[in-house]
Amino acid sequence: MPGCPLTAVQQRAFLYQQIRLFFAKKSVLEVETPVLSSHANSDTQIDVFQTQSIKINSKQAFLRTSPEFFHKRLLASGSGDIFEIAKVFRLGEASAVHNPEFTMLEWYRLGFDLRAMMAEVAALISVLFESFEWPQLPVRHVSYAELFRQYVGGSVFKSSLMQLNQWCRQHGYHGKDLERNAAMDFLFAVVIEPALPKNELLFVYHFPASQAALAQINPQDCNSCLRFELLWNGVELANGYQELTDANEQRQRFESDQKWRQKNGKPVMPLDAHLLDALDVGLPACSGVAVGLDRLLMHLIKASDLSAVLPFPSLRA
Amino acid sequence: MSTFSTSQFKNGLKILLDGDPYNIVDNEIVKPGKGQAFNRVKIKNLRTGRTIEKTFKSGEKVDGADVMEKEMQYLYTDGEFFHFMDPESFEQFEATETAVSDCLKWLKEEDVCTVVLWNNSPLTVVPPNFVELLITETDPGVRGDTSGGGSKPATLETGAVVQVPLFVPEGETIKVDTRSGEYVGRVKK
Repeated sequence: MPGCPLTAVQQRAFLYQQIRLFFAKKSVLEVETPVLSSHANSDTQIDVFQTQSIKINSKQAFLRTSPEFFHKRLLASGSGDIFEIAKVFRLGEASAVHNPEFTMLEWYRLGFDLRAMMAEVAALISVLFESFEWPQLPVRHVSYAELFRQYVGGSVFKSSLMQLNQWCRQHGYHGKDLERNAAMDFLFAVVIEPALPKNELLFVYHFPASQAALAQINPQDCNSCLRFELLWNGVELANGYQELTDANEQRQRFESDQKWRQKNGKPVMPLDAHLLDALDVGLPACSGVAVGLDRLLMHLIKASDLSAVLPFPSLRA
Repeated sequence: MSTFSTSQFKNGLKILLDGDPYNIVDNEIVKPGKGQAFNRVKIKNLRTGRTIEKTFKSGEKVDGADVMEKEMQYLYTDGEFFHFMDPESFEQFEATETAVSDCLKWLKEEDVCTVVLWNNSPLTVVPPNFVELLITETDPGVRGDTSGGGSKPATLETGAVVQVPLFVPEGETIKVDTRSGEYVGRVKK
């Protein structure tokens, strides 16, 4: 027996049809890229499923945590605008709004800056609201630093690490002092997200530069980067970048991730040389975004737990 | 001493925090998309009964609290301590007034209670769900009125005061639910 009602299965099919229609109208090409890869994301906070090698006799392979590296290789080879409805895998992520296997809508638009990309995400969601006969929700944009000022009560970029840790403890953190990124994550996830107003689409932009991942650093303020998240009822629904095109900078970020992983006892991932090669050849100026479709569907059917939309959640799969 | 990783957190796990034993009553994982994961827990201080919220970095280790529950017989009080006995080992334990504060008004000698032991000393004492106690004082019963509808206060042998139906007389033994403090019925002896 499926763990969710059949109507949720039907609504998922309807959701995918609407998404495909949206992109077909804009001539964004649907692509399919490998789930299994010989390389893996080095992101410090994303853990990867490992499996046996694609080839016999070589080491191991990995289940992708995002299709982004393949997409960038396509973009660099001249694919133009692309999207994929992609199954992705993240080890150990399980909660009411996390499942180790989930479906990500990833798309890239050439020549879009961060603002244009946020506008297209809002446009897609608005179309989906219409299809699902939802009332339209107000859309609000706010910078990461402004949210911090509002809910934590200080400057995220100017505050000392000691001050950040002090705020964490005031809000119930227990343990050794946190690193700067972890302290910001704590304040974002524990203090800010639960306090956000309900029933609005909130675009949070200009994340800290130390959390840029594959995004460009903000040319106007080197403390922040051209990355946004879309939050709905305090849950992250989308994460987007104005993409970093500089191969050297990307290489340095990968290497610093690797150093962090080594220092913190996490497995060091084989870097994707193909991606770096593609960046060397030249990634066109573009923005990209990933939307968690399970969470989006969960909200669209007014649920607050992924089990409402997953016919076979990980424990029953 | 045992230690637990946050991945072992679940409701009912007893952990030690700043020297006090706590019981986990709620455990939630929060994780920003590309960020550090945390375990946000609601924990009840087993010494004070207060529930607080704390957040741990996922993957961290926390000391376990050596807490266990045992059925014990209440023996007597010497005015300062309350003495309990493990009916299996005949070992005796002294509980402080704080530890028995929640069940003091139901506590009758020879009753079997659940004693929560921490480092082998009583932390809290939970009374049985149902106790049978004698009414030592109440207004005279109204003859013939067994329809319910009215109630009156009755003082029990342990000092507890409960609401009983009008027809229940002084000197009667009644059964009381200690969780709600409500009268359940008369005990026929």
